[in-house]
Amino acid sequence: MSFGPHLLLACLEGLVTAAVLSLTALGLSLVFGVMRIVNVAHGEFFMLGAVLAWWAASLAGGDPVIGFLLALVISPLIVGAIALLSERLVLRRLHYNPEATIVATIGLLYILQQAALSLYGPEARPVPAPFNVRIVLPWFGYSGYKLFVIAASASLLVATWLVLTRTRIGLVMRATQYDRETAQAFGIPVDRVYGGVFALGAMLAAVAAVLIVPIQQAHYLMGRDPLLLSFIVVIIGGLGSLRGTLIAALLIGLSDGVISMFFSPTLAKMIATLAVALVLVFRPQGLFGTAQR
Amino acid sequence: MTPLLTTRGLSRSFGGLKAVDKVDFDVMPGEIRAVIGPNGAGKTTFVSLICGRIGADAGRIDFDGQDITDLPAYQRVRKGIAYTFQITSVFAKLSAYDNVALAVQRSMLDTPDARQSSKALRGKVMEALRRTGLEDRADAQAGTLSYGHQRLLEVAMGLALKPRLLILDEPTQGLSDAEIVDFIALIREIAKTATVLLIEHNMQVVMQLAHRVSVFEAGRMIADDTPDAIRENPVVQHAYLGDGPDE
Amino acid sequence: MSGAKAISLHVAVIILLFALNFLLPEYHHGVLARVMVFAVFAMGYALLFGYAGLLSLGHSMFFAAGMYGAALPVLHLGWSAPLAFVAGIAAGTALSLLIALLALRTTGVAFMIVTMMFAQVFYLAIIYFSPWTRGDEGFALDRQARIVDLGGNLVDLTNPTARYMIALLLFTIALFTMLRVVTSPFGRVLVAIRENEERTRMLGYNTFANKLVAVVVSGTVCAAAGAAYALLFGFAGAGFASVQYSILPLLWSLLGGAATTLGPALGALFMYYLVDITSGYTSAYLLFVGILLMLLVLFFPKGILGTARDRWARWLP
Repeated sequence: MSFGPHLLLACLEGLVTAAVLSLTALGLSLVFGVMRIVNVAHGEFFMLGAVLAWWAASLAGGDPVIGFLLALVISPLIVGAIALLSERLVLRRLHYNPEATIVATIGLLYILQQAALSLYGPEARPVPAPFNVRIVLPWFGYSGYKLFVIAASASLLVATWLVLTRTRIGLVMRATQYDRETAQAFGIPVDRVYGGVFALGAMLAAVAAVLIVPIQQAHYLMGRDPLLLSFIVVIIGGLGSLRGTLIAALLIGLSDGVISMFFSPTLAKMIATLAVALVLVFRPQGLFGTAQR
Repeated sequence: MTPLLTTRGLSRSFGGLKAVDKVDFDVMPGEIRAVIGPNGAGKTTFVSLICGRIGADAGRIDFDGQDITDLPAYQRVRKGIAYTFQITSVFAKLSAYDNVALAVQRSMLDTPDARQSSKALRGKVMEALRRTGLEDRADAQAGTLSYGHQRLLEVAMGLALKPRLLILDEPTQGLSDAEIVDFIALIREIAKTATVLLIEHNMQVVMQLAHRVSVFEAGRMIADDTPDAIRENPVVQHAYLGDGPDE
Repeated sequence: MSGAKAISLHVAVIILLFALNFLLPEYHHGVLARVMVFAVFAMGYALLFGYAGLLSLGHSMFFAAGMYGAALPVLHLGWSAPLAFVAGIAAGTALSLLIALLALRTTGVAFMIVTMMFAQVFYLAIIYFSPWTRGDEGFALDRQARIVDLGGNLVDLTNPTARYMIALLLFTIALFTMLRVVTSPFGRVLVAIRENEERTRMLGYNTFANKLVAVVVSGTVCAAAGAAYALLFGFAGAGFASVQYSILPLLWSLLGGAATTLGPALGALFMYYLVDITSGYTSAYLLFVGILLMLLVLFFPKGILGTARDRWARWLP
């Protein structure tokens, strides 16, 4: 295979990463933007989504399509419920103090990870894709499911985008993000918005995991990389800026696909992490964000 | 006599709003100067520029013949410019003693001979507390003091810095009439050793204390004169007194 | 005088620990030596977190800098233990200075994330340079390198009593250094920065410089703990640079009381035994860590000794 098709393949793989990453990162970014808190357990919501997808697939008893559709419904719902519960029971009582919240979500991370280990086990388990179509290109064949993941993520992103910009719910969320006190004074139930946003953020991660799990495998430690990458995306894109998050996810996803083809993954991770830390130090509004008040 | 503090063309805007607009301002050593003006006139921004809490967009500030426009705030404090906050911001969880000690130990660093002595530190802290009448509350947590006492503690901290220019941002706000009488006496006492720059809404306090009064409106200084002349000034009456102070 | 009371308490703790050397059964004797080294790590962390109010999520890198700073010269250059100990501390000081200069440009949540990321880079670097560091597997130090010649007397660091006494010595130095720092004018400034940085600046303090010193002192103390761990227990591994070892000192400090001198040590001891006992029943001890973290921030944000100080003993430093 010559260089051109090779690059095309790398780009397609990168797009898959970017698609899933932007969903996950969007969840983190929403939570940070509206609630001004950092959810360290976000990667565990992703992991839970994947593990639940495996469970749904096994419930469906071997029919991959039913299993997939079932997972697409119950996995986000359960993850969202767990997120809502932890928001009600813990984060609210901490009054969303940023530092206490980080400590508490670290605790949540451990709890979810260990719960998954105890209930699900240490093995990585595959989940069948709902369909196995191979798209034949002139140079190589490509998994139709992967293309579906890209398309599905893109439409979910557009849907989220429309909800945020065109609906009353989105308006309420943006008002809360802009000025919590004023929003409250205008009768916006800030408490419920916070609960909803936290659950929504977790659900986006869970959906992303359901989509990716037929390509990767479900494992109780799989939340680590998405957490780190989502952080990177959210920081590069500018904390709390949705458009920046999308651009950065594309950038990171694509470059991750390309870089890991040419460098050792450890070195790539090292350089990426260092670069992002330096962005945060020298340009805290992100590469694409504008300075916020 | 040369002024202790001068500003020339001092400006600062926030977004499109000119909070402070080309202000030329002089304060003589030993003076008590009041700065008055309606809310939003730029008084607090103006003194914040002087003490360095915020940076100027244009213009220059000289203190004691030196250009301090680009000095960071903490170095201006070391040169003798002390600022007491409008909203009381003592360290609520620390004792009154520790609050003042923070100010005293800072100024003691500048006089190396006394540096090591914790006894000297204690003496100076108690002295500053005594001057403001707080010596019997030295061990109380600052946050538990009454509002009036917290304001006094704020002044004690300002005093302990041994300032040459003490900037007080609305010091009598929220004080009772009796407390205000004590406060006026305290400022007179302070003025014996330091120049005082006072943002004040209470016109009685201004008229009793100030040697000169500067009037701000919409970021500009529209008058600068003796208290009596200010009272008679038609421009000021229209801009400020005419509208009636709203607090 | 409250200062005298505090000093007596600290001296009493040291005497108790000294006495325990002769009283404890072998297992607990070994545990306590280890806990004392971790307690030094905890104190270094708490100085920054509890007093200066800077919450770092990357202190594992300072511990690991001390650990590898000491262990690598022993492994590759055949340095003696005392020299390696100094090298470990120097590595921690240099790293903390560098990190402070960068990370202190940020505040609050950004500071937490930045420190976590730098620590992650440090961890990945250890993995990446596995040919020298032996990566995740780590390496043991030669017994020969751990026999120290102190003025003609040979001290064998593999001997439990020698190990205990050296850990106690380090613990004592760290504890009294911390007591000295937090009761000094500098300590008062750190607390002031924690409470209200802007106000502190307006009292004439260069708050950046003060925070810089705090990070470097904290990083150096943590590096001393890491170096001591490598030399006393003869092992260095990348696991000590992982995120988990950044979380642990936070947990120890929160548990015992971050803004107290003895709290971090108490937290380390308590935590060690909690994990020790629970892991006897279940492999999911992290579950307890998680639940404990949540309960602590919810109900005892000031920790054991912090709560004790509020309720009964205001003189506790």
